[in-house]
Amino acid sequence: MNWDVIAENAPQYVQGAKLTLILAFGSLAISCVIAIPLAFLRNSRVNAVRYAVSAYTLLFRGTPLLVQLFLIYFGLAQFGGIRASFLWPWLSSPLVCVMIAFVLNTTAYTTEIFAGALRNIPIGEVEAARAFGLSRWKLGTRIFIPAMLTRSLPLYGNEMIMMLHATSLASTVTLLETTGVARRITLDNYIQFEPYVTAAGIYLTITFVIVSTFQIIQHRFAGYLNTRTG
Amino acid sequence: MVGDFVLSILAAGSMTLLLAVTSLILATAIGLAGAFAKVSGNRFWRGLAGVYTFVVRGIPDLVVMLLIFYSLPAVLNQGVEALGWNVHVDFSPIAAGIATLGLIFGAYMTETFRTALLNIPKGQIEAAVAYGLTRFRIFVAIILPQLARLALPGFTNNWLVLAKATALTSLIGLHDVMFHAKGAAEATSMPFTFYLVAAGFYFSVTLFSIVLLSIVARRTAAGIREIAS
Repeated sequence: MNWDVIAENAPQYVQGAKLTLILAFGSLAISCVIAIPLAFLRNSRVNAVRYAVSAYTLLFRGTPLLVQLFLIYFGLAQFGGIRASFLWPWLSSPLVCVMIAFVLNTTAYTTEIFAGALRNIPIGEVEAARAFGLSRWKLGTRIFIPAMLTRSLPLYGNEMIMMLHATSLASTVTLLETTGVARRITLDNYIQFEPYVTAAGIYLTITFVIVSTFQIIQHRFAGYLNTRTG
Repeated sequence: MVGDFVLSILAAGSMTLLLAVTSLILATAIGLAGAFAKVSGNRFWRGLAGVYTFVVRGIPDLVVMLLIFYSLPAVLNQGVEALGWNVHVDFSPIAAGIATLGLIFGAYMTETFRTALLNIPKGQIEAAVAYGLTRFRIFVAIILPQLARLALPGFTNNWLVLAKATALTSLIGLHDVMFHAKGAAEATSMPFTFYLVAAGFYFSVTLFSIVLLSIVARRTAAGIREIAS
């Protein structure tokens, strides 16, 4: 066993873990903002709107994230128009491509989670709000959105873990997040065991922290949904 | 030329499907064993299954795959060397792929089957015991048919995720759809076209599975009355 190499490279792991967290929580934050309006459109009474959003979520949930990432990072270079455009400096950067792929992917899943929660809001809550004369805007911000988000918490917790784990794919397009760092250390030092085990330990720790935090959040904000016994 | 590349990508679909189905069988077997361990009265088995599902579900698929493909043989070889044997352990990409996906989705299946087991009314098992049925008969005649119905939605979901996760094995050199798409993309100047063909393949597997499993769901639910809503 050769743990000295890991100790020497500890700062790299810290940097890698930082990038992992930035990628995961960055894409989750952006997608959460986009997914809220999309969840309403997913339940729209206008067929065309509803079908358009379902087609988007089905496409992005029905294909591997790795393919989506490669389509964006390697695929876009095929089009001369894109390479000549002012967007190219951004679109040729692995960090930007990874963020675009992650946001598109996790927004599809988050939209379905939120939309499902929206359908499960008891109609009585909405009727009561209407009877109190709430405007459409107030109805949305005071009733629909809080009720939707609290009901989504258990599934959204899973989605956060999925997103955290998906960030490991960023290593395939040269980014040095936790997995990328582990890969580089194996190649530089010809050791195959310690670097990956260390990476696994880092992910396990982050997962554990997220799961525990979520249990507290759920107890605090969604506790009212639990059936009271006794 | 483009046509040849497209054909080679789609032909690799058989490799992807072989990997997916074999891993599914392994995952189902591990999942059943894990679920019974989790509901068993034996603390050792319960603890072991708990550690297994926690660890495997806490690590990204890609890292589990790298651990199995690179780290495990390295450790085994160190052990073999220490024993003074003259052999070299190495895993083929397909073996590592099946082991990885089986192990990961075995953990998800464990949770799916465990929830389903808990939803089978206890009175039925007690009645079967009272009638003197053997444990094997209870499993086959009482538990299994209901497990199939109760676990089907979760099982379907796990399968859909598994089928997509097979794309990762291209990274350890398995010649699957994604591997051939990457080859075609690098040999030509049309990466978008060929990754799109790969995406189309995975998407049709998803659509086909959803349709097929909804038919199975209708069959296993025959005779079950839904609460009218």
